[in-house]
Amino acid sequence: MDILTWTYILVGASFALYIGIAIYTRAGSTKEFYTAGGGVSPLANGMATAADWMSAASFISMAGIIAFAGYDGSVYLMGWTGGYVLLALLLAPYLRKFGKFTVPDFVGDRYYSNKARVVAVICALFISFTYVAGQMRGVGIVFSRYLEVDINTGVIIGMCIVFFYAVLGGMKGITYTQVAQYCVLIFAYMVPAIFISMQLTGNPIPQLGLGGTVADGTHLLEKLDGVLSELGFAEYTSGRKGMADIFAITLALMVGTAGLPHVIVRFFTVPRVKDARLSAGYALIFIAILYTTAPAVAAFGIYNAIDTVADKPVSNLPEWVGNWQKTNLISIDDKNGDGIVQYTPVAETNELKIDRDIMVLASPEIAKLPNWVVGLVAAGGMAAALSTAAGLLLVISTSVSRDLFRTFKPDMTEKRELLIARISAAGAVILAGYFGVNPPGFVAEVVAFAFGLAAASFFPVIIMGIFSSRINKEGAIAGMVSGLVFTMLYIVFFKFWNPEMNNADHWWFGISPEGIGSVGMLVNFVVCFVVSKLTPAPPQDVQDMIQEIRIPRGAGKAHAH
Amino acid sequence: MSETKLKMKAYWKKNLKTLLFLLAIWFLVSFGFGILLVEPLNTIQFGGFKLGFWFAQQGSIYTFVVLIFVYVYRMNQLDKEFDVNEE
Repeated sequence: MDILTWTYILVGASFALYIGIAIYTRAGSTKEFYTAGGGVSPLANGMATAADWMSAASFISMAGIIAFAGYDGSVYLMGWTGGYVLLALLLAPYLRKFGKFTVPDFVGDRYYSNKARVVAVICALFISFTYVAGQMRGVGIVFSRYLEVDINTGVIIGMCIVFFYAVLGGMKGITYTQVAQYCVLIFAYMVPAIFISMQLTGNPIPQLGLGGTVADGTHLLEKLDGVLSELGFAEYTSGRKGMADIFAITLALMVGTAGLPHVIVRFFTVPRVKDARLSAGYALIFIAILYTTAPAVAAFGIYNAIDTVADKPVSNLPEWVGNWQKTNLISIDDKNGDGIVQYTPVAETNELKIDRDIMVLASPEIAKLPNWVVGLVAAGGMAAALSTAAGLLLVISTSVSRDLFRTFKPDMTEKRELLIARISAAGAVILAGYFGVNPPGFVAEVVAFAFGLAAASFFPVIIMGIFSSRINKEGAIAGMVSGLVFTMLYIVFFKFWNPEMNNADHWWFGISPEGIGSVGMLVNFVVCFVVSKLTPAPPQDVQDMIQEIRIPRGAGKAHAH
Repeated sequence: MSETKLKMKAYWKKNLKTLLFLLAIWFLVSFGFGILLVEPLNTIQFGGFKLGFWFAQQGSIYTFVVLIFVYVYRMNQLDKEFDVNEE
């Protein structure tokens, strides 16, 4: 069977599975809609969190980014996994004990202020929309590449699927579809990686293959360093960015991860505090399987590309190069007409352009795997994009129905709240779809926003809220606002107002806009602390609540609202 | 101060000690070995890897996983010791 038929079969089958699960597990109450009823096992929650977290960017683009960035790609690997240590140790167990449904819920109650709650809602909505717009575009691109439909048609198909299970199933439907999506995506990622690792290094485990030896007996990484520096590029295993920037970006990604609302809410769905701790551990294992494979896929990909294409005659290139030339993801332009492909760091003489997404998308062909594996990678990429989109849409709808409507209309019936939650989920799907079809030109730019803002707004006030009973509402609001404004101004200044100044000469302490969230976080911490010291302590009942959430026993009772 | 309050204070203190210890390792393997000390560590070859590069792309992630499970184990022990565990 050909690739397209396999793709239709495998993508169709995976969609049927998701919809089936959504119908079977649809939510009947607000508790089920917001937290899946609170009875999800830690193992299932770990898988769902992993799928929720790993987006189209993790699945398709990350290995490619690392392939071209070499050591500098480590910021994503360490940043996006190290955040789970912070989540598990500093946030998850206490938020679970707190026992409500959302991050603004916690901020509003802990800081006994609806103003703080509203600031938190605005942050949550902004972070989630920024992120979901990129995901819907990702869904469209994956669809169009594999099913050979228009990108806009792809976005609309994706919208219908997400609409169905996010609106109908709420958190409960999403949780169990995400478990299925995790299985699909990890299987799809590992199969080609294992085969390429075997072919190149003779080791079936890609993580070990990365340190293995290639055909001529030299170590893969040593060979890559050598070949790249011969061609005039920086060594694969050395950094090109400044150390301060690497440090700041890694920290911003870690802290941002721990502050992302769609990840945090997943820890509200398990029955007990100890399950929240454990499920963060499971989530990281499931994420680590992909994240430790990605650097191997990256190195294999760039090695294969250079080894089989660079300095080779144009007329005699491997078949996969020709196939991907048709999609313009690889382009070869013999500028000096010598019939040989020159790959150099200089734009005028470079004859080979490789899109970074090729490292994952073309991997089955590079390894000469059967057609069904290509269909599998398509289904995997879709699972990654859909699961993250659904998680974000749920945060948006919950923020609207619970944190806005319920706060200002506390006597609303549950049935009505559920209806508002569903309507806002539907509205969010439509808005996300609109951004997918008409992507604002700055989608790629604003990813720095999502992480920077999560790092500079939520993380410090949640941590301080748990670990200090002296921090009050004045401190929290001042901290969130100053961290947010600082980070936003820095990013907007370099990304939108003065993009021509966006380089290391003008950055503060050599920190790029991608890493500035970590400075924003410090600003938040300091302002929050100082303002709290100068204003009265929180009331006694709030201080008692803080003591209460530090103790695991009795988490079950906190459910009722 | 009542007896339970004192007990909770002791529980929280031990909890914080565990946290600080684990976070110190978290910082050491990622920011320490993977970033600040990456160049001196890269002079050490470890299998097919330079050690600093390995910590940045693989070693730190493995350590993170282990850290969370050590935390889970240690906290379950503490919860029992101070009788604040759940059924």
